[in-house]
Amino acid sequence: MNLFDHNRSLPIGSDAKLSTGWWGVLALIVTESALFAYLLFTYFYLSAQTEQQWPPEGLPSLTMPIINTIILLASSVSVWASEHYIRLKQIRWSIGLMALSIILGISFVLIQLIEWHKKPYDMTSDLYGSLYFTITGFHMCHVVIGIVVLLLLLVWLSLGYFDDRRHAAVTIGGVYWHFVDVVWLFVFATLYLFPYSDSV
Amino acid sequence: MAISDKKHNLPDNRLERVPEYGCAPTGSTVEMRLAHTWECNPGWRGWFSTVDHKTIGIRYLITAFIFLIIGGIEALIMRAQLSLPDQTLLTPEQYNQLFTMHGITMIFLYALPILSGFSNYLWPLLLGSRDMAFPRLNALSYWIFLFAGVFMYASFPLGQAPNAGWFNYVPFSGPIYNTGPNIDVFALGMVLLGISTTVGAVNFIVTLFKMRAPGMTINRVPILVWGTLTASVANLITIPAVSLAFLLLWLDRQVGTQFFDVANGGKPLLWQHLFWIFGHPWVYAIVLPAMGIVSDALPTFCRRPLVGYTAVALATMATMMFGFVVWVHHMFATGLPTISLSIFGAASMAISIPSAVAVFAWIATIWLGRPVFKTPFLFFAGFVILFVIGGLSGVMVAAVSLNWQLNETYFVVAHLHYVLLGINVFPVIGGIYYWFPKFTGRMMNEKLGKWSFWVMFIGFNAAFFPMHIAGLLGMPRRIYTYSSHMGWDTVNMITSIGSFIFAIGILIFLVNVMISLKRGVLAGSNPWDAATLEWSISSPPPAYNFAVIPIIASRHPLWENRLNESSERSSLSEGYLLTAGHETIGTSPIDAKPQVILKMPGDSYIPFFVGLFVSLLFVGLLFHWWSFIGVMTAACCITLILWMWPQKSLAQRTVFNADHSSQNNSEKI
Amino acid sequence: MKHNLYMTPFLVISITAIVVLPNAVQASEAPLNYFLHSYGPAAKPTMYLGWVLAGLSVIICIVISLLLLTAIIRKRSRSDPYSIDREGGGLLWIYIGTGISTIILFGLVIYSSMILNQVAKPTQTPALTVTVTGYDWWWKVEYEHDDPTQHIITANELHIPVGLPVLIKLKSADVIHAFWVPKLAGKTQMIPGLVNQQWIQADMSGIYAGQCVQFCGAGHAHMGLEVIAKSPQEFEDWQNTQRKTAMLSFKTFEDPGYKVFMDQCAGCHTIRGTEAAGKHAPDLTHLNSRRKIAAGLLANTPDHLKKWIMNAQELKPGSRMPSFALSNHEIAALMLFLSNLD
Repeated sequence: MNLFDHNRSLPIGSDAKLSTGWWGVLALIVTESALFAYLLFTYFYLSAQTEQQWPPEGLPSLTMPIINTIILLASSVSVWASEHYIRLKQIRWSIGLMALSIILGISFVLIQLIEWHKKPYDMTSDLYGSLYFTITGFHMCHVVIGIVVLLLLLVWLSLGYFDDRRHAAVTIGGVYWHFVDVVWLFVFATLYLFPYSDSV
Repeated sequence: MAISDKKHNLPDNRLERVPEYGCAPTGSTVEMRLAHTWECNPGWRGWFSTVDHKTIGIRYLITAFIFLIIGGIEALIMRAQLSLPDQTLLTPEQYNQLFTMHGITMIFLYALPILSGFSNYLWPLLLGSRDMAFPRLNALSYWIFLFAGVFMYASFPLGQAPNAGWFNYVPFSGPIYNTGPNIDVFALGMVLLGISTTVGAVNFIVTLFKMRAPGMTINRVPILVWGTLTASVANLITIPAVSLAFLLLWLDRQVGTQFFDVANGGKPLLWQHLFWIFGHPWVYAIVLPAMGIVSDALPTFCRRPLVGYTAVALATMATMMFGFVVWVHHMFATGLPTISLSIFGAASMAISIPSAVAVFAWIATIWLGRPVFKTPFLFFAGFVILFVIGGLSGVMVAAVSLNWQLNETYFVVAHLHYVLLGINVFPVIGGIYYWFPKFTGRMMNEKLGKWSFWVMFIGFNAAFFPMHIAGLLGMPRRIYTYSSHMGWDTVNMITSIGSFIFAIGILIFLVNVMISLKRGVLAGSNPWDAATLEWSISSPPPAYNFAVIPIIASRHPLWENRLNESSERSSLSEGYLLTAGHETIGTSPIDAKPQVILKMPGDSYIPFFVGLFVSLLFVGLLFHWWSFIGVMTAACCITLILWMWPQKSLAQRTVFNADHSSQNNSEKI
Repeated sequence: MKHNLYMTPFLVISITAIVVLPNAVQASEAPLNYFLHSYGPAAKPTMYLGWVLAGLSVIICIVISLLLLTAIIRKRSRSDPYSIDREGGGLLWIYIGTGISTIILFGLVIYSSMILNQVAKPTQTPALTVTVTGYDWWWKVEYEHDDPTQHIITANELHIPVGLPVLIKLKSADVIHAFWVPKLAGKTQMIPGLVNQQWIQADMSGIYAGQCVQFCGAGHAHMGLEVIAKSPQEFEDWQNTQRKTAMLSFKTFEDPGYKVFMDQCAGCHTIRGTEAAGKHAPDLTHLNSRRKIAAGLLANTPDHLKKWIMNAQELKPGSRMPSFALSNHEIAALMLFLSNLD
């Protein structure tokens, strides 16, 4: 009669990828990805029709952006490692790596602020400036939110909230951070590499 | 009852346990415990803090219906202005604000929210769950919807309402040609509303994939669920397009960016692309769940299951797939290359194929069934005709060269009203007649019900059919007046009369609701002898929905004995009890095998405050109160952190380290 | 009894038809009635497409309605309300119904693409190119010529030779408008920053009404234009007249009408051959050659013109043309001055 073995024991509550939170963050990532897709669509749509110098300062310098990209990717690795060490029950390592991720994240933000400062245009000076600052600004918002999330995770880890069996928040917050990093690769390719494709 | 205590002493019983299994008849200790756990606070505290999907669903329904009435009154004022040529009841500016607010109200504040209301109320009941996946998010989504609605109407009394039409083309809506606050209110309001719709969509999707009763495999969910799922996926993917468009417009207007600024290389057509990439799928998002209402409720009155369940479910998704790639058919007259137009035109015509599947499924269901002529049946049958008319005029406007004539005339106005009123309002009113007993425990009056249908149906066709003719006679939409020699007098007069008749029909319906609330016949749990899970519990349902989480063996749990399609029977009175706090069962996404005991949050004020702070943040943006914006951002952050803070009661954090009574246990693990 | 109830929609439809039909005859004379009266190769094929689609839609609608009504009222053998019929069966309905729909749609896709190709481009090179620019809320019409002195500028009136395809370049000076002369062709948006194109061809001489059909603000309802198709010879004559500058006997401030015009009107309006060179409003050099004023709102008579000057904001609320408070003396002088603009 019964379709299931109802004597089987089931995990309770927020169990990593069984949790609703995990599914929720995936859905959030879908909608955020769409948002960035439309932002980049806007960039390509306008750049394809422009008669202006594009970008206004000529081909963008790549050194700092590449370093920054590496920093951001490194932070992703360390968030992944942090979660890995919780599973291995090595909370101290986990806390240390989470702190490292935050430092890397903040470094990214600082370098990006310097990049912004160096630009000879701003949001209102021309079309490229509007696009550049809106797209990187959107990404920056996501990085800042991501850093706040990582900070919370750090606090919670330090308070001993998580152990090898219960750390859904780390999994969920971590995947959001990975998303922020992957999106940067698209933003980077669009704003920094794409202008080179015309000059080849 | 059958709660086993034997595992209670195992060290990890707070992370894992065998779910209690058994029966919980009304009045039993288990049932009383559930009621005690799930019932929300009385009084105003409960009012602000409840996360019960039923309460939220009803709030959505009522709020959206109020917006329908407001939008309807705006329409009636416009129809009075247009009833005769050369009228001066309204100035052009007043007329422009009225038609813009009418569009915004009906499309954004009525059409989707009303369906969210149905889905919020019904999903957990249809799926056999105790609540939505994210009850607090659900409350948040309602509050933001309410605040966004109020926000968008805030400038209306000042005579500064949005005035550029609901699709708000730049540069007319840009900083040069529209200097007042009108468009800023619209732009910020839409971004705010987008938040509500997005979190709502996330909630539906996760609920569908995680919260179904054990045994309710993906091919056993009702069509309404398919409709709302499809709409939610579409919203998730397309809402960012419109939110972005409105944000960019706001930046252009208030910050000085140049996205749409023609003088500096900005492109007005970018707006049209972003808007319609969203706008077209949205049209399906506001009809597919309504079609689902019909697909689920019509069979009850035909005394047989829906013909072609799988075909209809697939057609629902196919419609949306096509819906993503036909936005250009709103832009046929913008000078795009002919070849791309013919491709988009062909794709737009192809959408009729999945629609045909649904139409023939409904007709076949009626043909092969034995119709019971209750009010909901009339609404659903009437809907089929309106759907066909709206679909056919849709095929006409999909033919590119004909579109160059029909577009932006009253023909399109007729088409979109047949689609939106025909496919949304008729199923919605029919749906209210159908589920009213479940919502309130009382039946609606049949006699008034039949009157309301016939008056609405006749009024609707008298109002909107002549609009086709007006369009063929060349009447452009959005003109505040016309002169007599244009030859549009008669059609406009008929339309105006029809619209007032239609309004009387709605009024009869409202009277019926009022009367039935107080004096309706008591309904019992399953007054229509329907097949789906929501009818297996009392009317109105208890706070916990299901005393035992049922185990499902077919698409029609309440008809199984009579259909007798297999030896398997759903188990409705015996199942998982889950009484240790707010609990329900989480199942696997496709075949609904029990996977996890989900801990649900109880009542909380946090969603209300997050919604309030976010909305105030947008008020700050509107007035450029920068420090206020800072404070509100901080307030949002703090409330969100409180929301996210891992709680033991939700098993979001490890129990042992933080549990004072068993601090030493952590060493043992 | 029941049967009567379900006949109601038919009754309603037939009563509506009886009321509407006589008016339909009258309405068929409507100036923008493209559905019954399209002319020229850019519009006629679309009109036939419209007839086919509308006819087909009516037939399908009737067939489906009959199916639905029969499904509802047909006799049933059993009537035990408690029994439930089996789920299977009925799929044939979907297969046949969807199959027929698909075949019809496939045919329509091909047919409508063929029509699109017919009307998208003229078969011969256009004889004439006219630039129409949308303004809030009127139309500037320019006939370009290699010799700039031969350039023609007029407003709200598009003169074309009969029987020849005319290419129209569409621009906008402010917001999006749409150029639509329905009896000659479908509409095309006029988008700022972009030059769109369409073509028209009139097979018969006559006057074809047009209308802005993209919502553009307060004056949207009053933004009409006319296409006037005439024989090539007449068209040539018209061009020659329009090319001339204004023939005014007095062009000095001594003349009170000239003074009022220069003081009040010249900031926006141009009269070629005088110092009035405003660019925001219609060129008035040959004002009296036009059939209408205020973008189709009023017939061009001295009375209307006077009313328009004094009460523009009442006649066309929101218009960029102010209502001028002129003394009797001033308006009389201005009217006299304007009457010379042939």
